[in-house]
Amino acid sequence: MSRPATPVHSQPVSRRDLLKAAGLVVSFAFSAATNEAQTTVAAVPSDAGKPVDPQLVDSFLAMHPDGSVTIYTGKVDIGTGFRMAVRQMAAEELGLSTDRVALVEGDTALTPDQGSTGGSTGLTRGGVEVRRAAATAREVLLRIASLRLQVPPDQLTLLDGRIGRSDGGDFNGNTGEPVRELPVSALLEEERRLDMKVDLHVPLKGHALYTVVGRPLPRPDVPGKCTGRHVFVQDFTLPGMLHGRVIRPPAIGAKLLSVDESFIRSIPGARVVRVGNFLGVVAKDEWAAVRAARTLKAAWSEVHGLPGNQGLEKYVRSAAIQTDETIVNRGDSAAALPGAVKRLSATYFWPCQSHGSLGPSCAVADVRGDSATIWSASQGTHQLRVNLSAIFGLDVNKVRVIYLDGAGSYGGNGNDDAAADAVLLSKTTGPPVRVQWMRQDEHGWDPKGPQQLIDLRAGVDRYGRIAAWETEMWVPAVLGPIGTIPLLAPAEAGLAQTSGQWPGMIAQNGDPPYLMRHLKVVAHRLKETPLRPSHIRAPGKIANAFAVECFTDELAAAAGTDPVTYREEALSDYRAMDVLRRAAAIIGWKSRPSPNPAARQEGLLIGRGIAYARYKQAENYVATAMEVAVDPATGKISVRRATCAHDCGLVINPDSLQNQIEGSIIQTISRTLHEEVKFDRSRVTSVDWSSYPILRFPEVPIITVALIDRPELPLLGAGEASNTTVAAALGNAVFDATGVRFRSVPLTAEKVKAALGGSPGQIKPE
Amino acid sequence: MAVYKFQVNNRAVTVESWDPAQPLLYVLRNTLGLRGAKFGCGMAQCGACTVLVDGEATRSCVTTLKQVSGRAVVTLEGLGTPERPDPVQAAFITEQAAQCGYCTGGMIMAVKALLDKTPRPTADEIKENLSGNLCRCGTHTRILRAVQRVVREA
Repeated sequence: MSRPATPVHSQPVSRRDLLKAAGLVVSFAFSAATNEAQTTVAAVPSDAGKPVDPQLVDSFLAMHPDGSVTIYTGKVDIGTGFRMAVRQMAAEELGLSTDRVALVEGDTALTPDQGSTGGSTGLTRGGVEVRRAAATAREVLLRIASLRLQVPPDQLTLLDGRIGRSDGGDFNGNTGEPVRELPVSALLEEERRLDMKVDLHVPLKGHALYTVVGRPLPRPDVPGKCTGRHVFVQDFTLPGMLHGRVIRPPAIGAKLLSVDESFIRSIPGARVVRVGNFLGVVAKDEWAAVRAARTLKAAWSEVHGLPGNQGLEKYVRSAAIQTDETIVNRGDSAAALPGAVKRLSATYFWPCQSHGSLGPSCAVADVRGDSATIWSASQGTHQLRVNLSAIFGLDVNKVRVIYLDGAGSYGGNGNDDAAADAVLLSKTTGPPVRVQWMRQDEHGWDPKGPQQLIDLRAGVDRYGRIAAWETEMWVPAVLGPIGTIPLLAPAEAGLAQTSGQWPGMIAQNGDPPYLMRHLKVVAHRLKETPLRPSHIRAPGKIANAFAVECFTDELAAAAGTDPVTYREEALSDYRAMDVLRRAAAIIGWKSRPSPNPAARQEGLLIGRGIAYARYKQAENYVATAMEVAVDPATGKISVRRATCAHDCGLVINPDSLQNQIEGSIIQTISRTLHEEVKFDRSRVTSVDWSSYPILRFPEVPIITVALIDRPELPLLGAGEASNTTVAAALGNAVFDATGVRFRSVPLTAEKVKAALGGSPGQIKPE
Repeated sequence: MAVYKFQVNNRAVTVESWDPAQPLLYVLRNTLGLRGAKFGCGMAQCGACTVLVDGEATRSCVTTLKQVSGRAVVTLEGLGTPERPDPVQAAFITEQAAQCGYCTGGMIMAVKALLDKTPRPTADEIKENLSGNLCRCGTHTRILRAVQRVVREA
């Protein structure tokens, strides 16, 4: 068997980086020491001495004698561009270019726990904490330099690893000769350790002085991703590693009755692993593991515990409720509604959806006694470490989870489950085990973005303005700590785990962002949810904004008012008005009420729609406007143009931000037009890309993004906000085109065709 | 074990396999260490595993070793390196046409196959040609811009 000259990725890139980085951390701590100490450093383990306490500067960064730094963050880059943006934030405070900033992400042994990567907190928490640590380090260096040079610290600057006078003048050197700059190495030799807390009130560089923040710097991972050199978790291997596959039951909750191993005897090296109802196979050869998993015959008990996706709305409305939460209660909506001049009500429904990661979840685990190292693309490696330790009886202090990129996860996909699968298989069989799910595992078993049922009631005054509003929603309960999803392997193997359930902040944006006297929002938290729920990008907020913003359009249409004007008149915040007007202007919005009286053009129905939201009612301002063409003969919706005006305060990297927003728009158009998890009484039945279709290239609209940069304001996370308004803008555009109001998704061609009933243009409720 | 001979990235390779039905993808990744082609679905539905076989964009997850015997396979690694990328790779890098990057390799191989045959495709031809390559992050507009850049700069 010959091998090509191309090097094999048997050594992960990250490991070399880590060794290098960790060595330098220690070298910093012992920097005054001689070569002797350097020799010692080489002998210590890669993670020795590196603190991870989020209160300490050393946890976030190591400053190297050549002036470069390594930063350590518990947040991870899941394809968002965080990897460059967080460098930019640190580099700005340290007077460095980003190529002098190395980065370690999501390694529990080396990085501080900054909470899992979710809720658009990568930069708002991860980046901000790193930035404060970097600024604290800079201030310390300047103070040390000040003492040494007898120059006040505020007259000194740190630039590219050298300290100079702000006025460009000289210092007196050790022997009295004039010196222009003092290298950081001269200080680090003197300073034994930077053993100090992050100053939470440290002065940050003013935005007028930014040279790195705000620039569209290219992402460091893109060249490797385009040339096959980037190491994904799916590409990671260990010596002696086995490949594992898990055979999930044919019905959720089924018991494993018997396994007939005779079928896999001819497959080389394949071995069955059975722990309770957990059934897996391992083999040295990956294809052997795949074949064995497909070939193995097992008998399972029958379970018919699911309601099926057909009757899901009805099921949800009558399901048992854990708690009722009153989220907003302003004025007295119950009293005001009956007295309104006109009342409207509507029910909106959002189906269960999959994260649909393009690469199935994967993990590699090496369990040795009560210690383990796990390589995972989990968005929350620190939380996963705690969970896996508790479940498998491992010593949490001897468990290390190392983040490696996976396929985009967009929330809680199957990554944590795959990690538990790999741990159980490695623990049971001995060697390190790599588990990659197959396509039907990912579609069938990833925790799902749950269904949402939303009832809306509003009363308007004599001018058609909103006087009172009630939102009533049915959503999964939050059970247990944030970020916990009950994992499959321990449930099947009969191992105890914290009973968690975390659908994300799913009840946000159920309140309209408009001026009104009486408003009540209630969330009924369901005790049980048919398919295991988890957070999916912009959790809950796409559906809530779909309901709220489409219903607002219904009120505007009832008042015979243009949808933009109707919103403008009920907004007071200039940032809200700004995004709304910009989105409308880009699409060439002409003021008139919906539906479009001149919709029919060349056999198609043309319409436009708009939606506005302030993400979580507290963060980004976003407005989306769209133009659609609906073919009445087929029911097919084509989004022709989509635009988003986006205000997230300070912009760190406009190109990465734009990439995120373009992706948010396309992914949410896909979720709105195509996506619904199908399931029967026993199992998920939409288990591939043909039964769970997503948007394809021919459907991609022309996208225009308007970034509103407000460098004087704090930054806000931007991974999800622009998803929020897409479904609503699309629904409103379809109403404008057809006169039919769709209150549930997906807006499949069959559904639209049926609703148009062969006579397009007729106004008919869904 | 049966022996299969073919070319990968202009080098002759000889591979043994216990199973003639073993897909090329597993051999590229695990035997030859070429991990640019990714497992996405195993059913030729997503395009993440796309390689060139005699110049044709081919789903390596459903192409058996037997089917590639005597033929020439080119993978993402065979096009170029980060230092010396192929024009398609260079355009993807310039346009920052990746998010998670899991589909990117397959996209680049599909584009390569298209442009080798049709150096000046229309926008619709590009979209139609890539319709079997799925991207979940929604990087489509940048991928289209990257293809147009290659065409423009050719």
